[in-house]
Amino acid sequence: MSRSVRERTETNPVSESRTGRLCFSLTSTMESVAKVEAAAEKLAAEAGLDEDERFHVTMAVREAAVNAVLHGNEYDPAKRITVSFENTGAALVFTIADQGKGLNPETLPDPLAPENLLRGTGRGIFLIRSFMDEVHFRQLHPGTELTLVKRLALAGKKA
Amino acid sequence: MALTIASREVNGVAVLDLSGRITLGEGSVQIRDAIRNLIGKGQKSILLNLGDVNYIDSSGLGELVSAYTTARNQGAALKLLKLTKKVHDLLQLTKLYTVFDIYDDEASAIASFK
Repeated sequence: MSRSVRERTETNPVSESRTGRLCFSLTSTMESVAKVEAAAEKLAAEAGLDEDERFHVTMAVREAAVNAVLHGNEYDPAKRITVSFENTGAALVFTIADQGKGLNPETLPDPLAPENLLRGTGRGIFLIRSFMDEVHFRQLHPGTELTLVKRLALAGKKA
Repeated sequence: MALTIASREVNGVAVLDLSGRITLGEGSVQIRDAIRNLIGKGQKSILLNLGDVNYIDSSGLGELVSAYTTARNQGAALKLLKLTKKVHDLLQLTKLYTVFDIYDDEASAIASFK
């Protein structure tokens, strides 16, 4: 992402367009997570999702942003997270990318397995998968990009 | 909204009234400190009132589990009181509902420690 785009999106991260694709480049901080969460809530509300669906979408996007900042970039000030939001009319599509060491989703332990129930971590990706209709992982070398999809038809609302 | 924790004692049970969000950076550390403080004082019965907690993320769920295991490892019991619908649904989804002793009524919860 170019410097000019980064600056523009940092200062005005939420577009007024309902169908336009929004792109953010943010620092690896919890403040960035809060910005992403607020923007996801706004997009979900504008798409007409009901309260439960808004909660699910917002939480999934927040979990992905936390993963990117905490586990991906490890709060490194030299690394950024890149986030895009889009209402395609048929679905809400979110991408969240970090510049970290990479994440292999196949190696994640099952948080519902009896031996893992009392673990203090490891539920974020599970919640994302539970709350979204599609979740895709892409290795960026370095980094990981998650694409989260909430189909609007399944949410019972028109875009 | 940041998490606030108010502590009181009812019939020898430490009741922590939590209000706000339990998320990474908003409440997780406060809960950990509060539980450790109670256990350090020798408290064996701890009830977390989540009636005013409307949002818990995966880190917050992990913190509740850690509080539970910390208490158990020290010979104390930690139970939950008054789950909101969102928190209830999250605990069911993650199967943590089967881990915790959960009550809707404070008197019943207090009595269960005896």
